[in-house]
Amino acid sequence: MTPTLQVFLIVSAALFSIGLLAALSRRHAIFILIGIEMMLAAANLNFIAFWRFGPQHQSPVGVMIALFSIAIAAAEAAVGLAMVIAVYRHYHTTNVDQLDQLRG
Amino acid sequence: MNSAAFIFTAIFTVAAALAAATLRKLMHAALSFAVALVGVAALFFLLGAEFVGLALVFIYIGAVAVLIVFTILLTRRDVGRNRGFNWGGAIVAVAVFGSLTWSILKTQSLAIIAPHMPALTVKQIGAALMTTYVWPLQCVGLLLTAALIGALILVMEEKR
Repeated sequence: MTPTLQVFLIVSAALFSIGLLAALSRRHAIFILIGIEMMLAAANLNFIAFWRFGPQHQSPVGVMIALFSIAIAAAEAAVGLAMVIAVYRHYHTTNVDQLDQLRG
Repeated sequence: MNSAAFIFTAIFTVAAALAAATLRKLMHAALSFAVALVGVAALFFLLGAEFVGLALVFIYIGAVAVLIVFTILLTRRDVGRNRGFNWGGAIVAVAVFGSLTWSILKTQSLAIIAPHMPALTVKQIGAALMTTYVWPLQCVGLLLTAALIGALILVMEEKR
């Protein structure tokens, strides 16, 4: 049996849920960034899978969207990690539960 | 498409991702994250998108994972105090995975096998980037420049 589109989508859903787990349940800011990156990778996997199993192959639309998405994810990671370092300088912690100065 | 290779890669990827989400030590989790991205790149190779797989390896493992490791080393002094784990997040994640899987398995139009297609060459991708997608390409270049400047300004030392 060859893999169908469904199994690729299920693997992608598993990756997305694990990224969501990391982003929601860890206290450390870097773990949250790792979870967000994992969710973005799962979205890329979906793009590529739908492109590969889709009806028309003349234009590489899915490949293009995945490439742009990877570039934007890299920019987001750079800014996010810079923010983690800036927050660590100010508060001497990276635990997101302790960053509650703006709480009303 | 080889099903044994697919099963092996899928299990490898999901196991590495689970390790990245649940390991206690931050450095181990970051390295497991890099391993999970190798698995995602292998899935891209299986799907016939070799160029995207290579770009993923270069950008994510070469740049993003190394950047994460650097940040961990720079903010290392309070690692021991971050032991909390919120079980509500696990419940939400399991619920999301269950509902996604249920709806994927329920949709009959997704149970298709891959059609035969000619290999996508890098030449085709380059031609498409320089013609159809030249406008988004310039916008991404602008975005990356802005992100670079923004990251530099964020971590710059404040002088008074």
